[in-house]
Amino acid sequence: MSYQKLNIQILYSMKKTRYNAIAMASFALLLGVQACKPKNAGNAVSADAAAKAYVAPGKYDEYYNFVSGGFSGQMSVYGLPSGRLLKVVPIFSVNPENGWGYSEETKPMLNTSHGFVPWDDQHHLDLSQTNGEVDGRWIFANANNTPRVARVDLSTFHTAEILELPNSAGNHSSPFITENTEYVVAGTRFSVPPDDKNGDVPINTYKQNFKGTISFISVDKNNGNMDIAFQLQCPGVDFDLSHAGKGKSSGWFFFSCYNTEQANTLLEVNASKRDKDFIMAVNWKKAAELAKAGKGRKQAVKYASNRYDEKTHTATSTIKTEVTVMDVKDFPELVYFIPCPKSPHGCDVDPSGEYIVGSGKLAALIPVFSFDKIQKAIADKAFEGNYDGIPVIKYEAALYGEVKKPGLGPLHTEFDDKGNAYTTMFVSSEVVKWNVKDLKVLDRVATYYSPGHLMIPGGDSKKPSGKYLVAYNKITKDRFLPTGPELAQSAQLFDISGDKMQLVLDYPTIGEPHYAQGVAASVIRDRSVKFFKIENNNHPFVSKGEGTTKVVREGNKVHVYMTAIRSHLTPDNIEGIRVGDEVYFHVTNIEQDWDVPHGFAIKGATNAELLIMPGETSTLKWIPEKAAIVPFYCTDFCSALHQEMSGYVRVSPAGSSVPLSFSTGTNLPKSDSASKK
Amino acid sequence: MHAIIKSQKITSMKRIFAAIIIMSTLYACGNQNGKPAAASATEEKKEGNGNPSYDPNRGEGKFKTVEVSGKLDAAMADNGFKVFSVKCSSCHKTTDEKLVGPGWKGVTVRNTAPWIMNFITNTDEMINKDPKAQALLEICLVRMPNQNLSDDDARNLYEFMRKNDGVK
Repeated sequence: MSYQKLNIQILYSMKKTRYNAIAMASFALLLGVQACKPKNAGNAVSADAAAKAYVAPGKYDEYYNFVSGGFSGQMSVYGLPSGRLLKVVPIFSVNPENGWGYSEETKPMLNTSHGFVPWDDQHHLDLSQTNGEVDGRWIFANANNTPRVARVDLSTFHTAEILELPNSAGNHSSPFITENTEYVVAGTRFSVPPDDKNGDVPINTYKQNFKGTISFISVDKNNGNMDIAFQLQCPGVDFDLSHAGKGKSSGWFFFSCYNTEQANTLLEVNASKRDKDFIMAVNWKKAAELAKAGKGRKQAVKYASNRYDEKTHTATSTIKTEVTVMDVKDFPELVYFIPCPKSPHGCDVDPSGEYIVGSGKLAALIPVFSFDKIQKAIADKAFEGNYDGIPVIKYEAALYGEVKKPGLGPLHTEFDDKGNAYTTMFVSSEVVKWNVKDLKVLDRVATYYSPGHLMIPGGDSKKPSGKYLVAYNKITKDRFLPTGPELAQSAQLFDISGDKMQLVLDYPTIGEPHYAQGVAASVIRDRSVKFFKIENNNHPFVSKGEGTTKVVREGNKVHVYMTAIRSHLTPDNIEGIRVGDEVYFHVTNIEQDWDVPHGFAIKGATNAELLIMPGETSTLKWIPEKAAIVPFYCTDFCSALHQEMSGYVRVSPAGSSVPLSFSTGTNLPKSDSASKK
Repeated sequence: MHAIIKSQKITSMKRIFAAIIIMSTLYACGNQNGKPAAASATEEKKEGNGNPSYDPNRGEGKFKTVEVSGKLDAAMADNGFKVFSVKCSSCHKTTDEKLVGPGWKGVTVRNTAPWIMNFITNTDEMINKDPKAQALLEICLVRMPNQNLSDDDARNLYEFMRKNDGVK
């Protein structure tokens, strides 16, 4: 790096023109700013890197890595250290390849108070925890655009629930959980007037009319069901990220916020004016007690609660109409602001629960706050004033210390098992390792390029692993073979087991990863469901065996009860369907073995296909448009006779008298004789 | 590997070739037993076909001896029929007509009770090593799915097969 700077300086000093002197100065400046900007795509890898990422064919990875999909709306699952993509779990976006959001059973999952929403922007993930350790039961996901929180069941890797959030707009500081998954939080990035207030107000009345809402979503210990327990109505600011306390601080939650200027236009400038914004400390245990005691007001709202039932393989969407809201101004000792330089983004709590790290994305240092000092400051009322009625603790009274000159643009921090923290530097394009106790920078390593979040398995829990770190980079540029203007986002795996971080692997990802989670494979692997027991299938249109298959007409609705097994669909000849009918193919996969899904596709379907897991029933709606013979078939290569797994529907004109009939393996004598004439 | 094959006599090359064909047929039909190579490595160590200790009349699986009365247990056969309807009838007829798999007529005459019950509960391993199961695969070309039957399911099905074969 300094070589290169030197080279450029020499190069320019050879041409002694004034113009070049200026150019040289600006180049030097640029290099100074981007001090760690890598110069060559390949020069940072040592010889044993390949061996460290190598997982032999047929062997398993050590860790599951769950990665947010950003604008894809989905969650991807990778194995580490290989970086192999294992699965993409559809959550907030429709997924025609397996029918998510298209099958009759899954459409309700994407219902909201706005109706069916086929996409979202999925930023953060948090694995469920027990006693501050990852328990591998569920992973929670936020939707940033139309505010929602989802729960994915990690025994099936299937989205089990999606809950919409009222009074919110831009659900960004979410879905972070408390130490025992008592609550998932959801803080609004965009403050807006509450849903029950007149929203038709001038935009520049932000200060009077806009509020920032934090939702506390309760999670049922047994089945994971989510409900909004209560909401905290806070001053109008932009809530960015959050993390719960741990151990001694486990009753508290910490939220970073920016735009304490309360600007409503050109935030780039107007929300970057104050020297310090805030980390908001919430005593959530106290808030929960108040809510249980019936405090707060019942506000009329509208939001969807969508749950998927594994027994019926069907989702139900319920519109709920009330939420409990507590205005934090009315409840002293509930919420405090801690000044934090400057437009803080990441808000991360170390494994001990004592240190809270705020990453001011415009700050040239990283402040580390002490939970004990915060408690003492509250007891001593060491406040510098209040912000919209909320006490603001004196910066020095809450501060443990500052990491000096860590790099430029600190964004996110995770922790290892040796008392170290790792912070991404977006602007200077590096990961910086520093010691949480003495706040000294220990190591820095270039990333390619501009990392956003980073992830250490268990890195936001009480028990982080100290082996690997993945940086999720925002800029890809020259890292992979060019694929036109749009490039896959790059992830980079580092070995952090030694004193020095070592780059081991680059791999492309889907969508745009933001936060990610990781856990030792053993926590999840053995609980993975291999198929659904057909005996437990309570779908109203299930066919348990070919003997129960049938075609039933109810007016213009036709229900086809169909089975799929290697390698035929039953029935596979259907006649008597008329133009204008609404045909529902209820396909039950009656296989009872692992890794034998069947597909179902029909020509001209304007929705999608189905992928039906063993023991599952799925429904595709189809409206035939003209008299024709229409083929359907299995889309998932299932056996040597997969190509034979197909059938025909005969569509007759509206009002036709062709009788409804269905069969498999029977050439109707009438048809045969008709064709012989 | 090449050198080794070249050094073989023509006859053993043929044998290898045949083995490759069988293996690739099995492979083409999908994941052999749903387990990763790491997990199945231990199974490969066990000698199957060709091992003198392998009992082709019993097959491979948990059932060694099955108590079968001279008379039909009608209740068990009825329960067996229920399992048949859900999990078997898609591919097997109760006549001697082949559908996807062989018809069931005479199945209890051709095979012992343990063989049948091992085959329907330990399907993948049986197809991988049992000569009779492999011969059936060559005819049917679809690996019989493991339908995850309980021990009781298997016994009840066997009773239904007996009923189908005329045991009263």
